[in-house]
Amino acid sequence: MKIRDIALARSGDKGNRATLSLIAYDPADYARLERALTAERVLAHYQGVVHGAVQCFPLPHLGAVHFVMNDALGGGVTRSLALDAHGKTLSAAILDLALDADKDWTASTLDPRIP
Amino acid sequence: MTVFRIGSGAGYSGDRIDPARDLAERGQLDALVFECLAERTISLAQLRRSADPDAGFDPLLEARMRAVLPACVAQGVTIITNMGAANPLAAGKAVLDVARELGLSRLRVAVVTGDDVLPWMLAHDVPLMDSDQSVRSLDGRLISANAYLGADALLPALQASADVVITGRVADPALFLAPLMFHFGWALDDWQRLGQGIVVGHLLECAAQVSGGYIADPGFVDVPRLDEVGFPLAEVQVDGRCVITKLAGTGGRVDRLTCTAQLLYELEDPARYLQPDVVADFSGVHLTEVGPDRVQVEGASGHPRPDQLKVTLGYRDGFIGEGQISYAGPGARARGELALSVLERRLQRLGLQTLEHRAELIGVNAMHGPGLGTDREPYEVRVRLAARTPTRVLAEQVGQEVEALYLNGPAGGGGVTMSVREAVAVASALIPREAVVCECEILEL
Repeated sequence: MKIRDIALARSGDKGNRATLSLIAYDPADYARLERALTAERVLAHYQGVVHGAVQCFPLPHLGAVHFVMNDALGGGVTRSLALDAHGKTLSAAILDLALDADKDWTASTLDPRIP
Repeated sequence: MTVFRIGSGAGYSGDRIDPARDLAERGQLDALVFECLAERTISLAQLRRSADPDAGFDPLLEARMRAVLPACVAQGVTIITNMGAANPLAAGKAVLDVARELGLSRLRVAVVTGDDVLPWMLAHDVPLMDSDQSVRSLDGRLISANAYLGADALLPALQASADVVITGRVADPALFLAPLMFHFGWALDDWQRLGQGIVVGHLLECAAQVSGGYIADPGFVDVPRLDEVGFPLAEVQVDGRCVITKLAGTGGRVDRLTCTAQLLYELEDPARYLQPDVVADFSGVHLTEVGPDRVQVEGASGHPRPDQLKVTLGYRDGFIGEGQISYAGPGARARGELALSVLERRLQRLGLQTLEHRAELIGVNAMHGPGLGTDREPYEVRVRLAARTPTRVLAEQVGQEVEALYLNGPAGGGGVTMSVREAVAVASALIPREAVVCECEILEL
């Protein structure tokens, strides 16, 4: 199973920081979501995109986990040369992550350069 | 002290107009808010104002007013907007012109200014946020400096019974908080209610993003009729609790998912959302579905407001030149990668003075860099070269080099596009509250 099977994602921008919210379709799945999405794992997934620290804000009563990813937008929306300067497409990338961290920690979804 | 009905007529400057008209006509609203300023909108508007003293406000202001003024005036709906951008006074006059054109017999427009703090910023060399530089480092390149005003700046306009309140830079949620404070008589230091009012504003400020926009993912999140998605409104109680909903018969959806996604949108620490009027705390917010397309919002709180206001500084940041060309069919990716390596060598060979550049393949790595999903073979790719340069002439060369791939590059390249624009970037700084002086001018028909 992947994150996409139990949650939706939305990203936003704040200066050179990207925000990323994951919301469980069923609040009963919150614990699985929180277990799967540590700050370390999120940072590893966005390697090459996120160059700073990732902060995690668990919000169990909302069935949601919220992340702030630092140094993620090429210097900020108004300076970035990126096609998606706001990082709006970043949200979808996390949905591809396997729900069970043990199963994919070294798998190709994390880093295709590792055989 | 009945329920206050407040609607969202725009979530950005280019937003749809027909859903705003629908809200004005059928929403039984008390207030309709148009939030139309992104970070650098004012700087770009200031450039237009430099060229034409009567310009510098939102280009869609008149079209929006034509759409909603008749219903708003007939029903007594107060319009509040930051569409004044870099020229609120000219915007106010433009609204009166529209009112005359529509044959309205009377209209009172309040123009709130004070956000323009460029003179103060030029006179005081304060540090830039998230940077080791100060304002002086932008010397000669500064276009604009605007403080984020709070709801308190809008209260005199509401006390003057304005039908339309026009301003420039005001914190987005404060556009919604102001009429709530005025209607319910919330005190300037009632942090808990102000925090709840900020939640209302935050949920509504991006318009359809809380009512079904920006969330559809077929098979996972299905949203009915995005072509006619309804803009949201809130039914707010005296204690700040509210129900977020939309008009019957419109497309979209309002439920726990849409409201949670918007509640957290662009927040950093949910327990400390810095606003001019209050440090709002969303960490205790509860959302409850209380009916079809109806979500109750409660549990926000707040802490005393900050002593300083945030200022957005717009400055000239060179030029950005860009070119794109497509390759398709077997070997498309390899030909696109060859094109990229040719472009990199050309930049070096010509000694083209770029301050920074990006060379990438749309369809492979343009969105998420070298790691994610790049193991898949696409049927078509689009080469993209973008560079920041000190001059316009150099920026034009970027696109020209991409175009020259037609005859000099890999096989089967097509569909070249080129663009050049002056880059306007923003930085942030803080200003003491006392240095910001707001004024409210009344214009009447």
